[in-house]
Order: sequence, then C-alpha cells, then structure tokens
Amino acid sequence: MNKFAVVRSQKPLLSFQIHVRSFVIIGMLISLLAVAIVASIGLGSIRIPVSEVLKSLVGMGDSTFQLVVVNLRLPRILVSVMVGAALAVSGAILQALVRNPLASPDLIGTTNGATAAAVAFIAFSNGTYSIHWLPLVALIGGFFAASLTYVTAWKRGLSPFRFALIGVSISAAMGALSVYFMISGPLYLTSQALGWMSGTVYGTSWDHVLTILPWVVGFLLVTIIQSRTLNVQELGDDIAKSVGVQVERKRLILIAVSVALAAAAVGIAGGIGFVGLMAPHMARKLVGSSYGALLPTSALLGGLFVLLADSAARTLFVPLDVPAGVFTAAVGAPFFMYLLYRSKRE
Amino acid sequence: MKFLLHSRVQKSVVLVVGIVLLGIAMVASVLYGIQNFRIATAIEAYTSFTGSNEQLIILHTRVPRAIVAAFVGGSLALAGVLLQALTRNPLASPSVFGINSGAALLIVVALFLFGGMFTFTQMMWVGFLGAALTALIVYILGSAGRGGMSPVKVTLSGAAVAAFASSLTSLFMLIDDKTMEEALYWLVGSVSGRDLRHAQMIIPYLVTGWILSIFLAGSLNLMALGDDVAKSLGQKIVWVKACIVIVVVLLAGGAVALTGPIGFVGIVIPHICRYLVGIDHRWVIPYSVVMGGMFLVLADLVSRFLLMPEEVPVGVATAVIGVPFVIAIVRRRAHE
Repeated sequence: MNKFAVVRSQKPLLSFQIHVRSFVIIGMLISLLAVAIVASIGLGSIRIPVSEVLKSLVGMGDSTFQLVVVNLRLPRILVSVMVGAALAVSGAILQALVRNPLASPDLIGTTNGATAAAVAFIAFSNGTYSIHWLPLVALIGGFFAASLTYVTAWKRGLSPFRFALIGVSISAAMGALSVYFMISGPLYLTSQALGWMSGTVYGTSWDHVLTILPWVVGFLLVTIIQSRTLNVQELGDDIAKSVGVQVERKRLILIAVSVALAAAAVGIAGGIGFVGLMAPHMARKLVGSSYGALLPTSALLGGLFVLLADSAARTLFVPLDVPAGVFTAAVGAPFFMYLLYRSKRE
Repeated sequence: MKFLLHSRVQKSVVLVVGIVLLGIAMVASVLYGIQNFRIATAIEAYTSFTGSNEQLIILHTRVPRAIVAAFVGGSLALAGVLLQALTRNPLASPSVFGINSGAALLIVVALFLFGGMFTFTQMMWVGFLGAALTALIVYILGSAGRGGMSPVKVTLSGAAVAAFASSLTSLFMLIDDKTMEEALYWLVGSVSGRDLRHAQMIIPYLVTGWILSIFLAGSLNLMALGDDVAKSLGQKIVWVKACIVIVVVLLAGGAVALTGPIGFVGIVIPHICRYLVGIDHRWVIPYSVVMGGMFLVLADLVSRFLLMPEEVPVGVATAVIGVPFVIAIVRRRAHE
C-alpha cells in the first residue's frame, strides 16, 4: 500500500501527492476516535444507550441524559482529547528538534516547571486566590522553565544535545523545587499536589474547553504548516541550512509552539505522562517519519489514548475517580509494544 | 571533542585526588549533620566503645549512610555510563531501562498481595528481582526479531516498559491505601535508615558489577564505533550487549534495592566524567565510580542542611548541587 495518489486540478492550479497508506490510517483513526467518544459518553455511573447519546448530541434527547451528556461528560471528553493531542504534537516537535527519541515535553522542563508553579501556588496562596488561576499559573511555570532551558543552553546558537542535557537538569531542578515546596508547605498539600502530578481531567467544564480549544487548534495549525521545516530540522543543522531554512529562528518558533501546547495541556490536566513521549513513536511506526502525516496521526493517537485512559479511569473503579494519567501508559504501552514487535517482522 | 585531562599521568593523579576527596567527603558525612561530632569521637566509637548516644549514632546511622551513599552513587553512575554506551543515547540512565519502575512495581505487588509480612531484607530482594525481570523484558523486546538489538529499539522498549510498570504501580497504590502507605517508603529514594547489615548483602553485587565492567571497557570502546565496525574488529556484539545488560542489572538493580530510586546521578555523572577524561571507557569507568560516589555522599550531606532540622530527600539535594555543575560543563563543551 506504499503508494502515492496524485491530486490535480486544472482550474485553481493545484497539485499534490497523498500517501495512500497514511491517508487510510488517519481516516481510520478519526473514525475510531469518533466511536470512542460516543462510547465514552455512554459509559459511567448512568449508562446511556448509543441512540440516546446521539440524540442528546444534536439536542433532541431526554432532558436528564441531555444534562449528563452535554454538561458533564462531553466537556471532559473534549478536554481529554485536546490535552492528548497537544501533548503528542508537542513531543513530536521536540523529537525532531532535539533529534533524540527520548525527547518529550518533560525533557525540557515544561512539565516539571508547571508542576513546581502549581505546587507553589497551592502552598503559598493558602486559599486567598481562586483555584481557577491554577491553570494560568502552571502555564506560566511551564513557560518559565522552558525559557530558562533555552536561554541557558544558548551559546552562539542552540546545539540540540546541549539543549537536551540542560533540559534534563532544569527539569530535575524544577522537580526538586516541587518536592521542596511540598515538604515545607502544609500537610494536606502533599495529596493535592500528588493528584496534580499524576494528571487528571476530573471536573473539567465548558469553560476549560473554550479556554483550551482556540489555543490548541491554533498551535496545531501552526505546527502542521511548519511540518516541512520539521522534516528538514530532523536531518541536522547543516542540511537544514543548506536547503534554506533559517535554522535558529524556526527552531525558536517551533520550541515555543511545543511549549505552548504542552504547558496548556499540563495547566488544565496536570502531568499526564507517556503520551508526549510515545504517541509520536507509534505514529512513526504507522505512517512513517514524514511530519505531514506524522503530526495529525500523533495528535489523533494522543487524543485517543488520553480519552481511553480517562474513560477507564472514571468507570473501572467506581466510585473512585482515578487520575487519567495513571492509565495512559497502561492503555498505550501494550499497543506500542505490539507495533514494535510487528515492525520487526517486516 | 574537548576534554580536560590528556596524559595518563594527569588522569591517574586526578583519579587518586578524587579517591582522597571521596574519603574526605565520607568522613565529613560521618561528622556533620543535625549533631556535629569531633573526629576523635568517631574513632573512639570503634576503638573504645562505651555505648554512649554519640557513638551509637555514629556506628548505626552515620557510617552506614556514608558507605551506602558512596557505593550506590558509584554504581548508579557506572550503570549510566554502560547504558549510554549500549543505547548510544546521551540521555539514557537506569530509569530509562525500566530498572527503577520494575523494582517499584514488584515491591508494590508484593505489598498488595501479602501485606506487610515481608522483612526489610526480603523486600530488598523483591526489588532486585523486579529490576532484573524488567531489564530482561526490555532486553527481549528490544532485541527480538531481525537485526538484533538496535540502540533505538532498546531505548524505546525500555521507556515503554518503564511507563507501563509505573502506571501499574500507581494503580495498585490507588486501589489500596494500605499498600500506598507502606510502598511510599520504598518509592522515595533515600540513603538513610539503611542498616550496615543490608548494605553488606548488596555491596558484593555492586562490586562484582564494577569489576566486570572494567573487563568490558575495551569492548565498550569498540562498540562506540558502531555495530558493524565492532563486529569486523572481532567483537561478539550480541554477547557483549548481553554482558552489559547483566552488569547494569547488578549495579542499578542492587542500588535500587538498597536505596530506592535516585535519579539524576546516572545521567549526569557520566557526562562530567567524559568532560574530564574523554570517551575512553578504561578511564570513564573508574572515574564514574569515584565521582558518582562522591556526588551522592555530598548530596546526602547537603540534604541534612537544606531544611534544618528536617532532612530533604536526597533527590532534591542531587538536583541542587548537580544542576549548576551540569550547566557549566555542558556550556563549556565544544559544539557537537
């Protein structure tokens, strides 16, 4: 199936190639995501049959179901999908820039910086400020840590290796800072902070959806427009320069996009792991390493995994609402191992 | 690549200086803390034991702590060197190979199934077993199929297995509060509260790992040139890789069994050592043991003073004293 279909139109002079296999896989993932969303809406302490779910979605359902679907479950599901997509794309960008398969939003300090800021906020605000400010504070923390990494690693240009190694250190420093705040703060803080660190989309509302939606969609579009730059960046600075890419400038923009996506996701949902590291690798096994197809596939996979993880987390241990972050790896890792195993057979 | 020490004499002298500094750091670790002692008191604890409080603290708290920190720090750093060579990834460390999360998972499972009926010693072996099993799974996943073990394959399967194991670990802890309480002790890395008796059980494994890795040094140098070159120079690469994995299990598995997961040392010390002596593993290996040991002993010492009279976890202190170092060194190195 490794073929290209050529699309040409005479009227607006337009011609492009579509990688058939990637196209099919992305189509399959979109349908899978849609099915998963409908199924997930139906599951929970009140079970809702599929027909009622669909009716409620178009606003013609039973009023009880309508309330549960539209006000409670749908926002949470949308937030999980967006968080997953944002983290996955953020990871995919960094893997191209750092040229290291271990790159992920945690690597350059975004996640730990956001966590440190969140923990500090909980510890020192002591209830004087509304908890609604928490996502913003976390976002700022994530940006701060990533900028610190960038500035510290800058020395007549940014070597990916230096960037990664300093990122690990800044990340460790931020982790240490969180622990320090936790120890020096009040006792109840510890459990609150631990919940935050494992990552949860519990209690998200339409406010969250509307806050994160333009942000995530906007930056995803920027990334997809930049996918050719990413392809070139992955080949190394020299090649990128020789084909005419302004390496440092593009790199700064892409890092900023990656941080913006990850920090927003972490701000809303806390430290959901695994997706940022692994979704891009899974996508690579499915559609190859060209970023045009890789980015949408990563985003879909990331969204799908966080959605599945959260669905499992809120339904399997009723009445306990387990943090979704606990399940992302449990859902995703077996699939990744299967892909790893399968790709060896070829 | 740029590095500081070039001649063999320089390298030997600095290594000896490092060992002396390690000794001084250990003595300082015995003497200073919430209570400070004079050196004479420490010596008297061994020569003329009277059973006084001071002597008991030295014998049962401070000395074991210094010894555990030195051995574990050295082993973690060395495990990092080996894994970075095996995966050809400068960001590799024992945690990437799933060693820490594997140990944690088996400990939590044991606590979940059998409650607190295990002794400290038994739990230690459970952790060791967990580390070894995870490494085995990572090794099999990363090397099954055509082409054998490739650096990227093994790195990724390590990361996936690690994530999977820690996901299960949190799950067990969430569904059972009692497991969580008992497990937390094991999941936070610490060099304190470890008995000399327990250290004595683990240290032989660590030292075996050190000795074996010295024999591997030549092969590691050849492996760095790539599998094909190494093969054509007569290396049995499958065999060498298997040996590296075994040594890593001895070192990192033993370390995590004794102290729980301690991060950062395994990633950072190898880079500091390479900055000093270059990429020749015959030097990097002894340097990483000495520097890693010194680093963890110092971090442990610092952890007592950061939030006096409370102690912060040693992981916090490793970051506090490690980060400025790494930034300085990474920035000094030539563009790669």
